Amino acid sequence: MPTEAETIANVMANVAGRHFGGPASIEHLVRESGGASRQTWSFDAIVNGERHGLILRRDPPPPGPPAVSPGAISPPSERSTSLDRATEFRVLRAAFQAGVRAPEVLFELSPTDGLGEAYVMRRIGGTAIARKLLRDPPYAAARGLIAVQLGEILARIHATDLGTLPALAHREAAHHIAGLRHQLDLLGQPQPVFELALAWLDRRKPAPTARPVLVHGDYRTGNYLADESGVTAILDWEAAHLGDPIEDLGWLCVKSWRFGAVDKPAGGFGSREALWAAYEGAGGGKVDPARAHWWEVFGTARWGIICHNQAFRHLSGSIKSMELASIGRRAVETEVDLLQLLKSGG
Amino acid sequence: MAQDRPTAAELLLAIADFLREEATPALDRADPRLGFQMRVAANSLAILEREARLGPAADAREHDRLAKLLGRDGTLEALNRELAQQLRTGQRDERDPALMAHLDATIADKIAIANPKWR
Repeated sequence: MPTEAETIANVMANVAGRHFGGPASIEHLVRESGGASRQTWSFDAIVNGERHGLILRRDPPPPGPPAVSPGAISPPSERSTSLDRATEFRVLRAAFQAGVRAPEVLFELSPTDGLGEAYVMRRIGGTAIARKLLRDPPYAAARGLIAVQLGEILARIHATDLGTLPALAHREAAHHIAGLRHQLDLLGQPQPVFELALAWLDRRKPAPTARPVLVHGDYRTGNYLADESGVTAILDWEAAHLGDPIEDLGWLCVKSWRFGAVDKPAGGFGSREALWAAYEGAGGGKVDPARAHWWEVFGTARWGIICHNQAFRHLSGSIKSMELASIGRRAVETEVDLLQLLKSGG
Repeated sequence: MAQDRPTAAELLLAIADFLREEATPALDRADPRLGFQMRVAANSLAILEREARLGPAADAREHDRLAKLLGRDGTLEALNRELAQQLRTGQRDERDPALMAHLDATIADKIAIANPKWR
């Protein structure tokens, strides 16, 4: 029986040949990252003497019939709010065509290819590893550029013509709060600090946006590639939706995404003010600091509750993972930050 | 009957040190993905070591503060459930200094166990 990698190489030779027009050979196929349910593979396809560096994104089909056990605890996953691969493909294509620095998606696989929901995009150079970008010598110059680049790219994302997008959920502050409350309830553990934060957020929630935009939904350090010249591509679009543009600016400034560079709120690389100025200068709307503060508090609570959810995926038995289990103990980091943020007003 | 030494904390610390200093470098050479997982494991054991050492006193302090704040006694779980309910319904909020002092102290004790370097 062929290994998973051999199966994927065979299918990729077929589909790359079909797309590029000519017999394809596949080299350097490696699994990049991701869990059991969401995979990223990197490979080269050589067609007509030309080498194409490619990435396969795939959700493997579930093995056998779906297991349904009544009464089993179902994990409060973010699945209900995350895109399927086909929609992600269309969002990426629209963003790329709008001039966003994002991977160029090439083609989708069909069900008969047998790899589950999947698509192929061009591979882009750079690293997403925050620790390297923040500390390693080759990125010294890039560190001075990234905050401004992130502001500029975000303005471009938010300017994406909604008519070019697939149908996406429209989520404003109130929906987001209800979503977090629901997830907190599913955990079944009393959480006074998160309750305090959600009540605070609820009392101060911003009015719905007059003109909703394409929100990336997970715009943060760790989710983009950068090299010596700075940001090369924005990744991880599965939380994309329509909503308040300031949501992305607030999320980027959540302390957990500074990876220790706590005095540089813009993803560990600059000040909020520099980020906002770059965003406004590139055509983004005017940033209201109070609204940005609200979304930063929201993002902090969101990440804390995601930490609990990740642990719960292990605790519920749906995935056995020490790594996921250990993330549960990171939630308290956001409780520290929430108490600080609530005291700083806003 | 009390167990012999090492205490739970002492044994956990010995295991965490071994995993970090001896097992992790060897794994990093053989399989970086496993090396990463081993770092997560060693870090989790360090959390358990601090919990074994600091947890009981921290729980007792939290319980005393909660009983005083809510004006009644109960299990730690029950008291936290009541506090969470009061916060959700808006009976208390961040303008209550006694509440904030309690939460600050509780979270300070929690982070001292989970990640004392967090700032």
